[in-house]
Amino acid sequence: MTDLPPNTTHDPQPRLLYCRCAYAQVVPEDVKDEVLAGLAESGRAFEAVPDLCEMAARRDPQLQQLASEAGPLRIAACWPRAVRGLFSQAGAALPKEGVEIHNMRTDAAADVLAGMQAASPASSPSGDTP
Amino acid sequence: MIATPTPPRVVLYEGPGAEPMEAANRRELFARLLDRGYAVTLAGQGSSATPPLATVIVLGRFHGAPPAVESAEGAVCVRDITGEAVEQTVEAVEAARGTRQMNRPPAAAAATGGETWKPWFPVIDMDRCTNCMQCLSFCLFDVYGVSETHHLQVENPANCKVNCPACSRVCPDVAIMFPKYHAGPIDGAPVSESDVTREKMKVDISALLGGDIYAKLRERSAEAKSRFSRERSADQALAERRRCLKKLADAAAIPQEVLDALPSPEEIQRRAAEAAARAEAARAAAEAAT
Repeated sequence: MTDLPPNTTHDPQPRLLYCRCAYAQVVPEDVKDEVLAGLAESGRAFEAVPDLCEMAARRDPQLQQLASEAGPLRIAACWPRAVRGLFSQAGAALPKEGVEIHNMRTDAAADVLAGMQAASPASSPSGDTP
Repeated sequence: MIATPTPPRVVLYEGPGAEPMEAANRRELFARLLDRGYAVTLAGQGSSATPPLATVIVLGRFHGAPPAVESAEGAVCVRDITGEAVEQTVEAVEAARGTRQMNRPPAAAAATGGETWKPWFPVIDMDRCTNCMQCLSFCLFDVYGVSETHHLQVENPANCKVNCPACSRVCPDVAIMFPKYHAGPIDGAPVSESDVTREKMKVDISALLGGDIYAKLRERSAEAKSRFSRERSADQALAERRRCLKKLADAAAIPQEVLDALPSPEEIQRRAAEAAARAEAARAAAEAAT
C-alpha cells in the first residue's frame, strides 16, 4: 500500500483483536458493545472481526497472519481454550507465550478493556484469562 | 473447511494525511460494519495493525486527494468520507463490495433476505484429545476424518448439525468444544474433574442404550409416529411423541431437528459401521506409526 503506514512488526505495543461473535448470542451484547466502544474511542489501532468461529471454519488467511506475526497479541473474545482451539484448527496455532485472551462471556467489560489496554502484560504465564 | 468466500475487509485510516473520526462515529461505524459481516481495521494511530488481506475499501478523511492504494490482490477502493454520515459510509462499503458473495450474520442476512450459515462445528482441544476416535465412530455425518499422520481432525465442519453437541457428550476426555454452545465445558470453559466424571457417565448412558443411540432414537421416533397415526387426538399424540424423544435426546443433548433428519435405520447402521471401520483403521495406523 502507498501512503499508508507500513506494517510495524518491531512495535512493542501489543496488537489488539476484537471478536464481535456476530453469529450467535453467547457473548452478552452489553459487554461486547462496551468493549468495542472502549477500543474504538481510544483511537488506538486495532483489528475487529465479525466472528472468529466463522473465520476458523473458512481457514481465513488473516488468522495465520495474526498468529505468525511477531510481537504480543491481545484478543477480546471468549474462553481461551476455545479461542486457541479455533486458531489451531484453522492451521494457525497461537504461540504459547505473548498472547493474552480476555473473555467477554464471563468478564465485565471494564475488566476486558483494562486487560486489552494495560501498559504491561497479564501476570499469568500464558496470559490467558479463564 | 467451508467454501464460503472470504468476506471483504475495510480499513479506517487515521494516520498522517488524514483526520481522525469523532470517537462516537468511529464506534458506530465499526459496530455497523461488523454486524454486516465485514472485518474492520483501525489503522494509523499508535501501533499499526497488520495490513489486512482481501481489503476491499480504505476509508479516511483525507487532507487533499485520497492516496492510491494497492494490495496483493490489486487496486483497492479508497473513499474520502469527510462530511459523510455513518450510514452513508456503510452503504458505500456495500456498494464497493459489488457482487462479491459473503456469509452474513443472522440479523444482516434477515434484513437483506439472504441466507446465513451459523458457524457451528466441533473444535478439538488437542491438549486433551487422546485420539481414541470415539467421536469419529459416533458421528453419522462425516464431520470427522483422519489426518495424514493418523490423527483425528475436523474434516467437514459444514456437515455438522447446527446446535447438536452430541459428539462432545461421548468424548471421554472432554476434548470436543462447540464455542457457540451455551454452557461449559462444551463451550470451551475450563474442564473440572467433575466434568470428566460426568462426561464418562454420559458415555455409559449411550452404552446402556445398546451402544447405538441413534438406532434407539430412531426406534422411539417410529413408535411415536405409529401412535400418532392411531390416536384420535393429534395434539395428544404429538405431545407423547415429544416426551418420548425428549427423554433420550436429553441424554445426549441432541436437537429435535437432528432427530427429524436422521436417515433410515438401515442407512444409520451402514454409516455407523463405516465410521467405526475408519476409526479402527486410524487407531491401528497410529499405533503402528509409534
